[in-house]
This record gives sequence, structure tokens and C-alpha cells, in this order.
Amino acid sequence: MNLQIASRLAIFAVLELAANPERQLSVAEIGEKYGISSHHLAKVMHMLGRAGLVRSARGAGGGYQFVGNKKRTTMLDIIELFENLGAREDEVAPGATTPEGAALRQVLGEIDGNARATLGSITVATLLNLVDRQHRRACGTQAACHLSKA
Amino acid sequence: MPKSRPEPGREHGRRGWNANAGARGRLAVASFVDQPRVTQMTADEETESEGKAGLMIRPVRAVDVPHVIALDQAITGLAKPDYWEQAFERYGRRRPSERFFLVAVPAEGKDVHILGFIIGEIRAWEFGSEPCGWVFALSVDPQARLHGIGEKLFVAISERFRQAGMAKMRTMVARDNQLHSLFFRGEGMMAGPYIQLEKDLT
Repeated sequence: MNLQIASRLAIFAVLELAANPERQLSVAEIGEKYGISSHHLAKVMHMLGRAGLVRSARGAGGGYQFVGNKKRTTMLDIIELFENLGAREDEVAPGATTPEGAALRQVLGEIDGNARATLGSITVATLLNLVDRQHRRACGTQAACHLSKA
Repeated sequence: MPKSRPEPGREHGRRGWNANAGARGRLAVASFVDQPRVTQMTADEETESEGKAGLMIRPVRAVDVPHVIALDQAITGLAKPDYWEQAFERYGRRRPSERFFLVAVPAEGKDVHILGFIIGEIRAWEFGSEPCGWVFALSVDPQARLHGIGEKLFVAISERFRQAGMAKMRTMVARDNQLHSLFFRGEGMMAGPYIQLEKDLT
């Protein structure tokens, strides 16, 4: 499945900030790591702020901080701030009222259901653990594993 | 927005997670097949592990069964004494090297108040699967939740499977049961290589 770019950016930003909630990072710092334009990321951060997941800190060292609960916030929670996952226009799409259309909708609904169940069961904390696991795998294959965490 | 990461059974009040909740044989996989022992555990005697909260995880005893029945009834709202007696006979007494019925009890005190239990076994070659550990029941006393008891039970049975030579363990969760999925995901479980299929026969 594909996520809209805003959802991807939001997940990256949340992971970056939630990995160290004490740390403040600017939009530019986050954007630089993932090759994202600050302009686009700023909009995403604004939305995350409205959802109570991040807070902007003012001052010279200002930036964003994660203020959500990483054990309670799921990937689905984040993604649904930006897109209506699984929302299909099948019921009004051409052929939707035919048996073929209904059969197609049934199959696509199964896929959507699985996607929602998966994303709704993975918290930010769980995703951070997966990131750590990826780092450890990288450490197993790279001599300078600390670079992969940079 | 946020949902709490649960311990099994917490979110549905009286309806707990238990793949064996049905009266007969609703196991996590399609059928139970007697198999030869895969490995030998070093000992069948009680293995204990104490946590910070003074918790002990040990194999179930006959004296625990009424408490298991009561705990399950409190969570599911259904009394299934026959089922749990059979579960004890099958998973608590037979083939201790590959069947694990563990209970969590307070480390101190002489009573046998059960705080939670977990059941699993090693299965092999069903659906072409190499031997692996299956967890198919996990319950924690609603009054004792949010203290990591479910996690300690999960870790304990994981270690039993590992000691038995298993490299993989599995369970099954209803797709719409987000909170139970959160628990197992939080323990590091990911989607496996199998897809459960079903057919309406009515």
C-alpha cells in the first residue's frame, strides 16, 4: 500500500521526535535527514501540533518536541490526520451496483481491513522498537554501525 | 485519539481474549494433532521467576484449576469448568516438554490466587509449518492489570519455547481486536506468513 506523502512525513517527524522527547528539533533538521522540504514539513508539523502530538518551543533553541504518548498513539492515529485510509469511492464508481462491482468491493474491503488492523495495532513505541531492530541489523552488516544512527 | 496498550481482556470488560473460549476445541489453528516430542526440557519441575512486583510464574497445579475457571468466568462471563479441567489434563499434565500452562501468582503468600495464566504448545507441520510455539490463551485478572503481568507471562512462555528449541512463536488475534493486537505487537510480534481463510457454510 502507499501512503500519502504528508502521512509519511508525519510518521518520520513523530519517530524522530519521539525517539528522544526531551530533544527539540527544528523543521529544517528533521527535513534534512529525510530529504524533505521545510515548507511541506511545516504544514505537517502544524497538523501534528493541532493533534497534540508535538509542541513548538520558542526561543533560540526552539524547535519541535514530541508531547504525545508513544505507547498509546498508533500509526493509524497519525495517518488519519492526513488521509481517510480505506475511504473508497467504489459505491459510486462505474459498475459499483453490479455483482462484479460488489465482488470487487468485497476484495478491496478485505485489503483495507487488514491495512487498518495492522496500522491500528502498531504504536509509536512499537515502531521505534522496529527502527532499533533495523539499526541492530545494520550494525551486524556494517563495521561502523554508529553511522547508521546518525 | 490515544488508545491504551492493553493487557488481554481489559478493553472488553467481561469478554477476555482466549482463543479457547469456546466449549470445545476452538484452538488457534484448525486442529490438534498429537505429535512426537520435539525436544526434552531439562526439567518438569516448577520454574519460577520473580518480577519487581513479587510475581511468580510457575506451571499450573491441580489446585489452581478452580481459580483459573473463576478468572476465566469473571472475564468472559461464561463458566467452562469442563473445558478448563480438560485443558489442565492436556496442557498441564501431559507432554510438559512441549505444552506449557503457566500461571502468575503473588510471590509471597500461601494462597493460590491466580493473577493470570498463559497456555501454549509446540506444534509441527500443520499447514506445512515447521515446529513452532503457539500461544492460544492468555488472561490476566482485571484487578491486576497494568502491572506487566501479561508481559511476564508472555516472556515466560517465550523462554519455554526457546529452551525447547523453537525459533518462532505465533498466536492469532481477531482482526478487529485492536487492543489485543497492540499487546502482542508491543511484545514484538509481527504478521506471519499465513493468512487465515474461512467460508460461510450456511
